[in-house]
Amino acid sequence: MATIKGKTGEWEMVIGLEVHAQVISKSKLFSGASTEFGAAPNSQVSLVDAAMPGMLPVLNRAAVEQAVRTGLGLKAKINMTSVFERKNYFYADLPQGYQISQYLHPIVGEGSIILDLEDGETREVGIERLHLEQDAGKSIHDQHPTQSYIDLNRSGVTLMEIVSKPDMRSAEEAGAYLRKLRTILRYLGTCDGNMDEGSMRADVNLSMRRPGEDMGTRTETKNVNSIRFVQQAIEQEARRQVEVLEAGGEIRQETRLFDGMTGKSRSMRSKEEAHDYRYFPDPDLLPLELDAAWVESLKAGLPELPDEKKKRFMSDFGLPVYDAGVLVADQETATFFESVAKGRDAKLAANWVIGDYFGALNKSGAELGAAPVDAEKLGGLLDLLADGTISGRIAKEVFEAMWDSGQEAAAIVEAKGLTQISDSSEIEGLVDDIIANNPKQVDMFKGGNEKILGWFVGQVMKATQGKANPGLVNQVLKQKLG
Amino acid sequence: MAGLTEITLAEARALLAKGETSSKELTAAHIAAVEAARPLNAFITETPDKALEMAEASDKRRKAGEAGPLEGLPIGMKDLFCTEGVLTTAGSHILDGFHPTYESTVSRNMWDAGAVLLGKTNLDEFAMGSSNMTSHYGGVENPWRKSGDNRPLVPGGSSGGSAAAVAARCALGATGTDTGGSIRQPAAFCGIVGMKPTYGRCSRWGIVAFASSLDQAGPMARTVRDNAILLGAMAGYDAKDSTSVNVAVPDYEAALTGDIKGMKIGIPKEYRIDGMPTEIDQLWLQGIKWVEDAGAEVVEISLPHTHYALPTYYIIAPAEASSNLARYDGVRYGLREGADGTLDEMYEATRGKGFGAEVKRRVLIGTYVLSAGYYDAYYNKARRVRSLIARDFDQAYQKVDAILTPTAPSAAFGMGDKMDDPIAMYLNDVFTVPASLAGLPGISIPAGLSQDGLPLGLQLLGKAFDEETVLRVAGVLEEAAGFTAKPAFLAA
Amino acid sequence: MSVDKDIVAKIARLARVRVDESQSEALAGELSNILGWIEQLSELDTEGVEPMTSVVSMKLPLREDEVTDGGYPDRVTANAPEAAHGFYAVPKVVE
Ligand SMILES: [Mg+2]
Ligand SMILES: [Zn+2]
Repeated sequence: MATIKGKTGEWEMVIGLEVHAQVISKSKLFSGASTEFGAAPNSQVSLVDAAMPGMLPVLNRAAVEQAVRTGLGLKAKINMTSVFERKNYFYADLPQGYQISQYLHPIVGEGSIILDLEDGETREVGIERLHLEQDAGKSIHDQHPTQSYIDLNRSGVTLMEIVSKPDMRSAEEAGAYLRKLRTILRYLGTCDGNMDEGSMRADVNLSMRRPGEDMGTRTETKNVNSIRFVQQAIEQEARRQVEVLEAGGEIRQETRLFDGMTGKSRSMRSKEEAHDYRYFPDPDLLPLELDAAWVESLKAGLPELPDEKKKRFMSDFGLPVYDAGVLVADQETATFFESVAKGRDAKLAANWVIGDYFGALNKSGAELGAAPVDAEKLGGLLDLLADGTISGRIAKEVFEAMWDSGQEAAAIVEAKGLTQISDSSEIEGLVDDIIANNPKQVDMFKGGNEKILGWFVGQVMKATQGKANPGLVNQVLKQKLG
Repeated sequence: MAGLTEITLAEARALLAKGETSSKELTAAHIAAVEAARPLNAFITETPDKALEMAEASDKRRKAGEAGPLEGLPIGMKDLFCTEGVLTTAGSHILDGFHPTYESTVSRNMWDAGAVLLGKTNLDEFAMGSSNMTSHYGGVENPWRKSGDNRPLVPGGSSGGSAAAVAARCALGATGTDTGGSIRQPAAFCGIVGMKPTYGRCSRWGIVAFASSLDQAGPMARTVRDNAILLGAMAGYDAKDSTSVNVAVPDYEAALTGDIKGMKIGIPKEYRIDGMPTEIDQLWLQGIKWVEDAGAEVVEISLPHTHYALPTYYIIAPAEASSNLARYDGVRYGLREGADGTLDEMYEATRGKGFGAEVKRRVLIGTYVLSAGYYDAYYNKARRVRSLIARDFDQAYQKVDAILTPTAPSAAFGMGDKMDDPIAMYLNDVFTVPASLAGLPGISIPAGLSQDGLPLGLQLLGKAFDEETVLRVAGVLEEAAGFTAKPAFLAA
Repeated sequence: MSVDKDIVAKIARLARVRVDESQSEALAGELSNILGWIEQLSELDTEGVEPMTSVVSMKLPLREDEVTDGGYPDRVTANAPEAAHGFYAVPKVVE
């Protein structure tokens, strides 16, 4: 547990995160308008989203389904009855004058997330709740000197607000939490997790305390739209609070706004003043009641999630925790690895996928799906390695050729005649010649210079362009010189 | 043809069916009546050109043998229903110039049934009122006068323009909306029949919202049968309204059998409030006698929480309204004031100028009762009492088929009266609000005249989605009452 | 509960409704009366009574996830007091 050192001693961070994740669905939470990203202003707005007089909300089944699936993925309690309430406040991009959200009765209750930390350690962070709510529109401030422009395309898009318990103690843990949450959402297909497109946004609740003491006053830093920024915001806010506290000051509970450009946050006192949301159940809607059988069917339909996959990779394939963690971090990678490992030496497969294959991917910048070498071809290479057709050294050479040409391993080995020489009589012949032509080196060896053996191996490899089976060469040399 | 505005909607339907008149002729007569009635200020917007177009189209449909249930019948539309391309104001300054690009489900249903739009009728601002005096477009005059007294009276509210228009023979029928009595009370004040259906029976989609958990559209016309005909066209499930209930719409006219023998009619003892004018009490007793004479059994019942209905309503309705009216912010439609200030200044200026006194009062009350620290004491308390009031009716309907009460505690009062005393004004709805809170259907029918010669109404309440029983009993009372008195002002 | 001018100012601010000094005194009086009248509910024992959520006894209907609406920016801004380049225009917002 990381603590930070102030002038007057150790301080501990207490961090909770509120993540707004945009739900993957065709239409909005309460209207039939499209959720596509980046359309012309107000072109994906229904009369409901624009809060025209007399317009009424009708709930999207897919939004409910996605929220329930996410709840199940977070091992959380699904509330069979939940209630949509109105959160009343005035803002330019909030057409109704209220946001339809869930307050006292969210659709999902307590759950948990397992963080995978650097050292392969894991740590559990509690989920407080998950609720459904409407996104707001977009205000554009830089188009006109005295006016802001309002685009309601985002207005009414479905968000899941996922609230953690204040269980994190360092910026690293906060980063790990967001990465893991994003992985789970992507496995479930309930949110694309693209923070740069705003489909996943984090608010950071942070307070400082002396280790072991009670929680202090927290601040909420809003609008942090990348994992790096979240970690920056935490470090910066933690230092700010420690300075205030150590100067004998008090932390005021406030909302702060993080600025990615400066990497600093500032208080939004304006927003603080006189906030009273006057939540009450939306009379245009009824309580949402879930059907138990439906929830069960959603549960049955969940994909294998990263934690289960990781366990299975470790138990079934005997992979070390680090390798398993790396391979499950992304669903596509995990699937790729499994098809390579199928019926082969899984550890060898893992080493190749994580090592040479990832290396080649990074170097070429290619997408896993579009790489010149697919799982089947990589498997083919591993087979040649396994049955001794080629040596490990040759395999690397073959792999590079495969990456450049997109050809099968076998074809390349064939064409370049790279098949390993494991015929002992052929090697014995070569060795006899070399011994015959190099009496001086033979004497040196006999005189006790063991190192000279390497020179003989080199000669054999030279004569075979490295195709001779190294084990066999050593064996034959020892015996003939012996 | 003379007298086309004197006849009932059912009679006009018959004439059209027999080809004895055309929608164009019928509509023209009513357009003239609407003009003649301008002194009443019953309409905010008249749509004579559109009316004639619709009438001609209707006559074509009829020739083509495609006549709908309201084919060719000219009606008034309360200006709370959004009508595509036609100014829609909700009686408020804040909706200045608002021309919806969409049609409310109820009005759409009526056009699909063949009805013709005469215009948008006046109403209390955002339907908040019982006198029609809160309209930005001015009060509506009740076509009735006290005998020997020519001072103008209110038509009741909030559907005052619709009630006055129908009573003055400007329209064969009109739509209203009823949140706490806004159809039934003006119907009583103007001597016509008005019905609030069960909550969930008519779609709320496209009706400017006042209090979402209470608002319900309904018909207003001169007879029970005309109400049945109009309701049949207005009602129906709408997937666009999550509180619209998916039950079949029965043939309401068929319910008018005139036979209520053996039916049990409840008389709630709590509705005998002190200070109620004796003429109201007498009318009620008369009504009880009429249903008894018709062979129904009268049963005294108790609705113990009646006394708490009004305060409950005046927490719940303003609370919902304060949120429903937040969208009127000068950004997307209607009035915009103070645009040269900050965004908040614009909001405050727009809403400060755009809302009238009563709307402000209710928005502030609603904001207050929902605000931190008061939510449980006021809003949640009111929701609990609302449960008790609904339970009262559930228990009563174990014993009876319908409930008979007066519609309002008084006849129409003078324009300008009670304006300085909100609570006195609210008391108009003492008999209508309880059923609204329980979401139950109710109807008001003209049953007699006060000593001053003003119409008085009786109210019948029914079980949820049992409008048929309500209409059946109402038909019997209508028959017995034989109400034929006419207002002082007649457009025809 | 008696409402004074400060409370009127506070809720008027929450509701974004301008109330002139001249009105606020009278308004405070009216609101006090109404709230006082409303408070008769406190006489009533509602212990154990569930607050009513809706008078209709049915499940919340769900819509299928299909794009059935939108695609008409002109209708969205048709009634706007001020629109520009397809956006609604409002006084500049400074965060
Ligand atoms: Mg939050
Ligand atoms: Zn949120």
